[in-house]
Amino acid sequence: MLKEIIFYGRGGQGGVTAANILVSAVLREGLYGQGFPFFGAERRGAPVMAFSRISDKPILRHGMFYDCDVLVVLDPKLVSLGLTKRIEVRDRGVVVVNAPDNMVLEKKAFTLKGSAKFYRVNATKIALKKKLVIAGWPVVNTSMLGAFARATGLVSINSVAEAIKEYFHGPIGETNAEAAVEAYKQTCETEVC
Amino acid sequence: MTEVVKTPKIPPEKQILMTINGDEAVAYAAKQSLVDVVAAYPITPQTIIVEKFSEFVANGEVHTEFVPVESEHSAMSACVGAAAAGARAFTATAANGLALMWEILYIAASLRLPIVLAVANRALSAPINIHNDHGDAYGMRDSGWIQIFVENVQEAYDTTIQAFKIAEDERVLLPVAVNLDGFFLSHTLENIRMLPDEEVHKFLGGYRKTYPKVKVDYFDEEVPLILNPARPLSFGPLDLYDYYYEHKMHQIEAMKRVPEVVREVNEKWYELTGRKYGDGILVPYGVEDADVVVTVLGSTGGTVRHIVKKLRSRGYKVGTIRIRLFRPFPHKELAELLKGVKVVGVMDRGISFGSYGPSFLDISTALYDLKERPLLVNYVYGLGGRDAQPEMIEKMFMELLEIAKTGEVKEKLRFLGVRE
Repeated sequence: MLKEIIFYGRGGQGGVTAANILVSAVLREGLYGQGFPFFGAERRGAPVMAFSRISDKPILRHGMFYDCDVLVVLDPKLVSLGLTKRIEVRDRGVVVVNAPDNMVLEKKAFTLKGSAKFYRVNATKIALKKKLVIAGWPVVNTSMLGAFARATGLVSINSVAEAIKEYFHGPIGETNAEAAVEAYKQTCETEVC
Repeated sequence: MTEVVKTPKIPPEKQILMTINGDEAVAYAAKQSLVDVVAAYPITPQTIIVEKFSEFVANGEVHTEFVPVESEHSAMSACVGAAAAGARAFTATAANGLALMWEILYIAASLRLPIVLAVANRALSAPINIHNDHGDAYGMRDSGWIQIFVENVQEAYDTTIQAFKIAEDERVLLPVAVNLDGFFLSHTLENIRMLPDEEVHKFLGGYRKTYPKVKVDYFDEEVPLILNPARPLSFGPLDLYDYYYEHKMHQIEAMKRVPEVVREVNEKWYELTGRKYGDGILVPYGVEDADVVVTVLGSTGGTVRHIVKKLRSRGYKVGTIRIRLFRPFPHKELAELLKGVKVVGVMDRGISFGSYGPSFLDISTALYDLKERPLLVNYVYGLGGRDAQPEMIEKMFMELLEIAKTGEVKEKLRFLGVRE
């Protein structure tokens, strides 16, 4: 059941951390995982991909991929700018977007190889509510992991919360885990036009 | 491929599950291996190894003397001095850093010092490129080092510990380079199983102790061959046409004994942990009945095996061999596995300009004495970190299957995934 996941956000937004925490989360469920950054020069603020593989068997493959089973978008601007079109979503794929409540998601902003289910959550709002802000940026990566768990069912929210707490330690870990649980609850399937 | 046994001495549940990248895995392995001296200089994509290890030092988690040297030339020099004084020495580098070590690599090998070096394989300049290929490792091919290539993060951890065992074996006493693909392994997080510290200590027999004894005319008794002010010895002094050649013969003979030691260590590791990598030298898959076999080094081995599985399920007779031990090269073992195969595709993530890929040259040599030789094609791929995508590898297999049918090789040297 090898699944390939791309976290698409901006440099400094925590996409790589999300990919890595996901690997640690699936480990708790006896699954195998692989997480890595985009291998290249990336700057803070630039659109950046991070990658995860999840499987019930040891993962043989190494290297990057440019189409995926699950696309997690950390910054809604990447959708409205049409940058999400760069990544192909495979048939029966899942797209999870951090979207403001009033944002209309359009199919034309994505490249779909077949059918896809869309999920949304206002992770920015959750981050602001939890006061998860670093250098003026709301920290949405942990919330998006909660949303990922809800949308895909590939990993339980408990494992995600545990992995987050282990990664960050202390109160900041607790708050991030709470944000993930909150996002898990708020994530819903959405229509795209 | 990692083969797993059901009843290892340390069952999986007693091993420590970790989510770490290849560099961290190497650093943890070095930490558990009771290394006395680490002298290193950071270079991408090896940096995390040294970073992590200096953290262990700063936290007082290791007894290691950490020498933050000013260059890789000095890093290897310091390791040579340390190892000559009887210490267990470790360092890590990549690409241009390895190139700067070049002079001292030969000295480490010819002084028979069991240093372990982790190389996070990266392309050599110019143009500047921080990504993976095997150009750096191929460059040190003739330096007299043992070279092992790993496929995944688990193997990077396992092999780093094994490397000390191999290097310090009395039959060997040669330095070992553990090669892990830059970024594809060094910066990729995977779930691995680590042994408890004391189990690694036991496996290695504690701190380094095997020193060969030598008879020197100014001492009454045999003395250990280490730098020791109480019993002064000289290392590597002038040695012209009178004895230099004989000393080279010692290196040649030592290399011959390496494969049996690598096999033994692989087997012991298997009993202990439940994990082994082929026979430690070659990792074949689906070769028995294959018409077409592809050989490969490093992390691409997994991707190739994934394609072999896929093609075999469709009825194609294909197989693959991952070359784990590159120096000394397993000529005989490969010839044994490849006899009867129609076509062999040799993947090289590097090239000897004006010739072929370095592993192709060795495989050609290995097959020359077979009565019925397979056809050979060399595929150079992935230079400067260009991805070895599954689709590309599948296409290569299709090409090789076609050659098996027609019996005709149009181009002996092919370049995979390059713009025309």
